[in-house]
Amino acid sequence: MSKIDTEGLAPAPEVLSGAGLALPDKRHHHYSLLTARDKVLLTLMVGVPLFVFLVLIWGTTLVSVALSFTDWNGVDPIRWVGLDNYTYLLNGYPFFWEAVKNNLWYLLVFIGFATPMGILLAVLLDREIRGSWLYQSIFFTPVVLSLAVVGLIWQLQLSPSAGNGFIDSMLTGTGLVAPANAPDWFGNAGPLFGIGILPSQNMASVLLVASWRHIGYIMVLYLAGLKSVDPSLREAAAIDGANERQTFFHVVFPVMAPINVVIVVVTVIESLRAFDLVYIINHGKNGLELLSTLITNNALSEAQLIGFGSAIAVILLLVALVPIVAYLTRVMRTEE
Amino acid sequence: MADIETGLKGQVSRREVLKKGLVGAAGLTVLPTVLAACSSAASTPSATPTAAPTPTPGAATPTPAAGTPTPVALTGALHVGSNHSDPSEKKGMDAIDAAFQAATGLAVTLNTVDHNTFQDQINNYLNTTPDDVFTWFSGFRMRFFASKSLGTAIDDVWAGVKSNYTAGFTTAVTGDDGKVYGIPVDYYPWCVFYRKSVFSDKGYTVPSTWTDFIALCNKMKTDGLTPIAFADKDGWPAMGTFDILNLRINGYDFHVGLMTGKQKWTDPKVTAVFTQWKQLIPFYTAGFAGLTWQQACDTLVQKKSGMFLLGLFLTGEFDTADPSGAAKKDLDFFPFPFLGNQYDAEKSLDAPIDIWMMSAKSQNLQADLANAKAYLKFWAAGSTQVLMYKANNGFIPTASDADTTQYDVLTQKAVQIVSAAQKITQFLDRDTRPDFAGANGMQSFLLNFLSNPGQDLTKFQQSIQDFWDKLPAYTG
Repeated sequence: MSKIDTEGLAPAPEVLSGAGLALPDKRHHHYSLLTARDKVLLTLMVGVPLFVFLVLIWGTTLVSVALSFTDWNGVDPIRWVGLDNYTYLLNGYPFFWEAVKNNLWYLLVFIGFATPMGILLAVLLDREIRGSWLYQSIFFTPVVLSLAVVGLIWQLQLSPSAGNGFIDSMLTGTGLVAPANAPDWFGNAGPLFGIGILPSQNMASVLLVASWRHIGYIMVLYLAGLKSVDPSLREAAAIDGANERQTFFHVVFPVMAPINVVIVVVTVIESLRAFDLVYIINHGKNGLELLSTLITNNALSEAQLIGFGSAIAVILLLVALVPIVAYLTRVMRTEE
Repeated sequence: MADIETGLKGQVSRREVLKKGLVGAAGLTVLPTVLAACSSAASTPSATPTAAPTPTPGAATPTPAAGTPTPVALTGALHVGSNHSDPSEKKGMDAIDAAFQAATGLAVTLNTVDHNTFQDQINNYLNTTPDDVFTWFSGFRMRFFASKSLGTAIDDVWAGVKSNYTAGFTTAVTGDDGKVYGIPVDYYPWCVFYRKSVFSDKGYTVPSTWTDFIALCNKMKTDGLTPIAFADKDGWPAMGTFDILNLRINGYDFHVGLMTGKQKWTDPKVTAVFTQWKQLIPFYTAGFAGLTWQQACDTLVQKKSGMFLLGLFLTGEFDTADPSGAAKKDLDFFPFPFLGNQYDAEKSLDAPIDIWMMSAKSQNLQADLANAKAYLKFWAAGSTQVLMYKANNGFIPTASDADTTQYDVLTQKAVQIVSAAQKITQFLDRDTRPDFAGANGMQSFLLNFLSNPGQDLTKFQQSIQDFWDKLPAYTG
């Protein structure tokens, strides 16, 4: 063990003291338990992730926040415009609120419908019913497909009959629906059932397709969790006279708490970062606006409104932080 | 007078093309300046009213400087970025690259990207790893990227091939800094397409006035046809209708002013355009917001719809949908009906020019520079452009020495209509700034109007103007 100058390696001892190792407090003349090699290694192991985290995640995030107060177009000198982008977004840009509404509906439909459906399927499939593997494969297939393929499949199904969409061609071809009344699944931007607060009709179609995929995803995650639940717990519950429903809600579900957290976080993230499907359908126009596509269309397309796009990105970040932070703090607190 | 043109830089380039003509012809027909030379073999030099050398097709043969590729063997590589993703256009590209290889011994590396994707990613593409040369559009859209130093000036190439173009083309490919950034290779008009057999079977006549047009639509509707095929899933096709209505109702000068921000979207003249447009919407294909133009075009191939306002490139879809060619022989078109006002005389229409550009940030460009220039020069020859024309009749050659005897009836008519027009525009998304015309800009605004035409237009137009006002200042 050699005495070395720790000036350049300052983080290492601190991290170690944090980890509970007893180290002398005086910096300049002490004997370290670590060799120089250990210290270099530790510095690298802590420093590199820290660097990546600070620079690549928080650094770029802060740059985006800063850019959101400019009208930068990617080339010309950066010009500060204060809160202009935000005031325009909130008061002037007609597609912003449509996007916020659609993102919230995405979240609502995933939390209220797709995720519970996935959990239900997982519970049903966990009961060792015959052909369980077949059902599992069927429900999981949409998850394996890339969203580009999912978009293509559903466009073939849901195009208007003039575009030879399967469902509409069938409806009109069999005379069930008059051609003029055939639903325009991905084109009709009017509100569902004419009620303004509901998503547009084509957004509802998108939500249906997105759920079709999300259900399988949640099912597999949850099924994996269920397999790890100790069978003796169920047996004990059964001996105590609990029925299936009681067993699930009072025994299995609480035991699954860590998985449940994952499921909620995954659901929130999936619904807020929703992008691919609407982008494949029509680039997020005409009722299919999402915050993510607004960012892409304004900042990363032929239009280079980087300042304006950054402002939308900042709002998406805030929207994403609220449910995640709220949920995680609640979970952490109960665990303490 | 030439300083009028240069003074107008930053404006729609085709306007300058036109003005060039106007200067010479004292207010007479303009496009002939640009196109007459390829319109008919009978055109004489005196019909082209500019001082610039304008070889007629007959005279083109003895000027091989531009017309024939230099028979020099090239070595190295050349990376070519193309948005010609439709099957017919891809065939044309292959034929041209094969011809280039035959002439120079150089096999180019062709990178074909879906047409719409190419446009969406153009910024990223030009800023990161572009090919040496790439397909693009003239007008504001070229100058915008040239002004961002994403294109390489090719004045030397242009100097060598210029004699193969009518004078007006120079302004169409000149950037804000006065340098040349593109080689024009084709153009196509936007007209109303229809099937001759449908019109003759049902006894329809080509409408030339708005009243006739609406009456015809009503008649078609009772006959069980979709009167007007329409599709706007991609967002840009609706711009064609806005352009022509604005040109017909408010005239060329107002339209150009609106595109360049000199006129306001809140102007009652714009209200008039949307109000007029409302009359057409009931005649459109059901579900148009979820259809691509190709799908709408197929309804015309199947004779399920009566008319379709689109660019001449629509013939490519006819080739794909009916390879026998029977449907295309039955295809015809007419200029959008006139409204009976002072702007009728302008006979204006959209007739965009496509160009080839040289990128600035290609890693290979320095090594490939000579090859890139040879390729651009090759494209400036009529013989090259005709190869693309043969693959897809929607692309009319721009070079003066193009062999016009290859043109089919439709093309001859298209050349005629464009030549007869006093005023020509490029297309909304080429005449205005790209950040205004984008997917969540003008494309979304027009879709918003189309899906809810009954909305408060004052509020709607204000939201368009607000969006324009919000855009960063353009420093060309």
